[in-house]
Amino acid sequence: MKFDTPAGTNPIDRLTVVGKPTDRIDGPKKTTGTAPYAYERHDVAANPAYGYVLGAGIAKGRIASMDLAAARAAPGVLAIVTHENAGKLGKGDMNTARLLGGPAIDHYHQAIAIVVADTFEQARHAAGLIRVDYARAKGRFDLDEQLRAAPLKGDSSGEGSAAPPIERVGDFDRAFAAAPVTLDQRYTTPDHSHAMMEPHATIAAWEGDKLTVWTSNQMIAWAVGDLAKTLLIPKENIRVDSPFVGGGFGGKLFLRADVVMAALAAREAKRAVKVALQRPLIANNTTHRPATAQRIRLGCAKDGTITAIAHESGSGDLPGGGPETATSQTKLLYAGANRLTAMRLAVLDLPEGNAMRAPGEAPGMMALEMAIDEMAEKLGMDPVAFRVKNDTQVDPAKPERRFSQRRLVECLERGAREFGWDRRSATPARVRDGQWLVGLGVAAAFRNNINMKSAARVRVSGGRVTVETDMTDIGTGSYTIIAQTAAEMLGVPLSAVDVRLGDSTFPVSSGSGGQWGANSATAGVYAACAKLREAVAAKLGFNSADVTFADGQVSAGGRQVPLAQAGDLSAEDAMEYGDLAKKEQQSTFGAHFVEARVHALTGEIRVERMLAVCAAGRILNPKSARSQVIGAMTMGVGAALMEELAVDKRFGFFVNHDLASYEVPVHADIPYQQVIFLDEVDPTTSPMKAKGVGELGICGVGAAVANAIYNATGVRVRDYPITLEKHLEKLPATAMA
Amino acid sequence: MKPFTYERARTPAQAAAAVARTPGAKFLAGGTNLLDLMKLEIEAPGHLVDVQDLKLDRIEKTREGGIRIGALVTNTALASDDRVRRDYGVLTRAIVAGASGQLRNKATTAGNLLQRTRCPYFYDPNQACNKRKPGSGCAAIGGYSRQLGVIGTSDACIATYPGDMAVALRALDATVETVNSAGAERRIPIADFHRLWGDTPHIETALAPGELITAVTLPKPLGGTHLYHKVRDRASYAFALVSVAAVVQKDGSGRLAIGGIAPKPWRVEAAEAAMPQGAQAVAGRLLAGARPTRDNAFKVPLVERTIAAVMAEAKAA
Repeated sequence: MKFDTPAGTNPIDRLTVVGKPTDRIDGPKKTTGTAPYAYERHDVAANPAYGYVLGAGIAKGRIASMDLAAARAAPGVLAIVTHENAGKLGKGDMNTARLLGGPAIDHYHQAIAIVVADTFEQARHAAGLIRVDYARAKGRFDLDEQLRAAPLKGDSSGEGSAAPPIERVGDFDRAFAAAPVTLDQRYTTPDHSHAMMEPHATIAAWEGDKLTVWTSNQMIAWAVGDLAKTLLIPKENIRVDSPFVGGGFGGKLFLRADVVMAALAAREAKRAVKVALQRPLIANNTTHRPATAQRIRLGCAKDGTITAIAHESGSGDLPGGGPETATSQTKLLYAGANRLTAMRLAVLDLPEGNAMRAPGEAPGMMALEMAIDEMAEKLGMDPVAFRVKNDTQVDPAKPERRFSQRRLVECLERGAREFGWDRRSATPARVRDGQWLVGLGVAAAFRNNINMKSAARVRVSGGRVTVETDMTDIGTGSYTIIAQTAAEMLGVPLSAVDVRLGDSTFPVSSGSGGQWGANSATAGVYAACAKLREAVAAKLGFNSADVTFADGQVSAGGRQVPLAQAGDLSAEDAMEYGDLAKKEQQSTFGAHFVEARVHALTGEIRVERMLAVCAAGRILNPKSARSQVIGAMTMGVGAALMEELAVDKRFGFFVNHDLASYEVPVHADIPYQQVIFLDEVDPTTSPMKAKGVGELGICGVGAAVANAIYNATGVRVRDYPITLEKHLEKLPATAMA
Repeated sequence: MKPFTYERARTPAQAAAAVARTPGAKFLAGGTNLLDLMKLEIEAPGHLVDVQDLKLDRIEKTREGGIRIGALVTNTALASDDRVRRDYGVLTRAIVAGASGQLRNKATTAGNLLQRTRCPYFYDPNQACNKRKPGSGCAAIGGYSRQLGVIGTSDACIATYPGDMAVALRALDATVETVNSAGAERRIPIADFHRLWGDTPHIETALAPGELITAVTLPKPLGGTHLYHKVRDRASYAFALVSVAAVVQKDGSGRLAIGGIAPKPWRVEAAEAAMPQGAQAVAGRLLAGARPTRDNAFKVPLVERTIAAVMAEAKAA
């Protein structure tokens, strides 16, 4: 099915199942431990051996020699695979660094060996017996230093955010120079780790030249393609299965070392092999969100009209990698006739940078929305009013191009009312509660919507419906919204729908990334259901185009037949997209409000209350969508207050590479969260009239926290995370005991 | 993980003897720190002597009016004991500020005293660490040292003792009771229990090889207001940047021990005399000779500020 004209009325609009706050249909499995994650697939391969991955102990250089003798002789060891016996390997399109290193080492903890043994403990012990001599080379590990001579570089995150190397609209320099009120500030965000609960894990088994991997991956078809390219085998010989994913956040978009090493190990050991990347490896072995150094310049008229806006961002990556597209949203979020965006990319020999939840916008909005707050203060304007004043209903670079839907102003104003924004003191550091300084902060939320081709197969048999697609559920609720879609389309209760996901033998879906999954994957199911409805109608002898599927019955023209009488029918189709997204800009909007407290003496920061108001098309399941948004808000608090992969610039690695030292928020950090979805349907996105919402929740929230802290203390910290030492000695004078 | 042998001891002296006679042997109690370190091969004992059957899990009154806490009393049991909550509130507050409920259910009093540093370079076997591998150097010096020590450190090691419970025990003048393989008992004041690193950061306590902690005793209650303020980057389940254990009397005198800054709970009795003069005077004396790194220089003013917060809270109590 091709979607190239805005959707009219369709069966989804009945909203008897879609749009209802529905419990996850996979919830009971999750809560009873019967939704097996990759490493727990005890039924799929008989007698698997265990693999333990050895990571490189240096960041840059070569393996001078490896002594495997003691490891090979250790009890239980079945095989060891290194670059010396792995055979020729290719590299996947999505990978920057090789997934098996050696003799050259590209980054710290790059996999250089896998030891296979009868038990996990034997494999781990033997891995510790491998002796590696390295010849270290000098590496580039300091982003600020490397950015000094870094070239301009454009790129697309592949997930909705994109920017050319440099883009000018109007004459920024002249407008900025002429502006009566200006701001020119530098903001930094650090490297972030996805820090998902489930480590990257795979069971691999060969049958002849056919390989099956049971793994944890967001994008099944990408994994198949890149695994084929890496192992240099036909992709027809590969099956990838990933029905449950214990958190991804972009860290499992791509083929990673667990899959490749398990496959190589299974081939060498002639036995199924299971591998989970060890927690201390994950930060440096896998991908991360790259650090950014951003400069924002704003010029305003005295009435608060933005006349000049510039956003430049620098980031780094391994040779051949890409920039963090942190300037993308600045092209679209606010009005202003004179604009400049630019990105620079430095070469770094740190681990591979890549997508993490809302790549581009998440760090870009942390900077932009702090700058907007600063400018509002310079203008003496309320930060909500300043944003409202500079709203735009068109793409500022192409005024003929409108937003398909844009309710930013409504999000801000509704949020201000609900949150009690009128209680905010415009002057910072004025509100105290005992030893605590209290502040309120706001930020806009913005994230582009993208639609991806997505296919599904739907079968009806005896009145029960089965949906198969390689779509993944990474904790987001895909199972449930797909079941809701099929139930709505075919007029059956949710309990009559079975959903099977994540298997590469199923039709290729959009996968999960870039907040495209919900709208795209359900639209693919819609297409398959529409085709199936035709087949059912034909089989039951309905000629009319106006057939209703409801309550298990198929009816038209006064005739009603139970769906079950259609027997066993199936249909497969994909939803493909025309150029509607080019004609109109499809984006999602929101507003984040935060109340934060700062201890006047110790500088400790605690978030007290948070509200997100989101306008993101039809909300298919308000319950799972809310979970997505509060999760994203929580991640935004992490980015604002604590998350930072600390770089050792001497040795070139992320030092805090476990969950004890890379801190993410715990329950005690997040006392109260509220989410409001505005009523919105966007007929330009798909017949579902939905858009993404999961990543909208993280965009801007860090800045809202930062702005609340500033409002509490009067101290502006522009380097994330805002840890207490960055404002400690500048806090307002307090009587010391 | 290196293969090891395992036995369960039945008496404290038997346990001490078993460890003393087996090179590379270790006691195993709750295992919340040791087992993690073994999985990472940072600890590689060839033999474990499990002490969980030693019946050292009771809290009793002492003749001196204090309490004697068995070495195997869990953190949860200790923190929730009625006498401890009533008479030694700083200890309850310190314990519940640490780890998680699950860990506190397993962690023991003796084991908690012996928990090892959380320096990230200690945890990464690719990096030089004099504590993990004597003589290999210290990668933390000149590296990422935000969490590390500012006082009592050395050119060989800048790690901290990471715990909370011991900080309160230091404020309370606890005594550590031990037995050795010959059955000889010893009482070690908490002030002398943890060592400064000096040139031998791998030697962390006053315990001799094979010497087993049997109990921790507390003197009679001090009265006053008991507070524990733990400053950290998130609200729970994180090690202290700085913590302050305080017992403050109505007249403003009292005791202060500081966590998160040194190889041991840091207490300078002479500094406490300055408490009526305020936090600045106390902190100046407490931290005389501090040698912070660029990353952790903030801990020096943070100690003063946290003491000020605690003293203000005590005054308001």
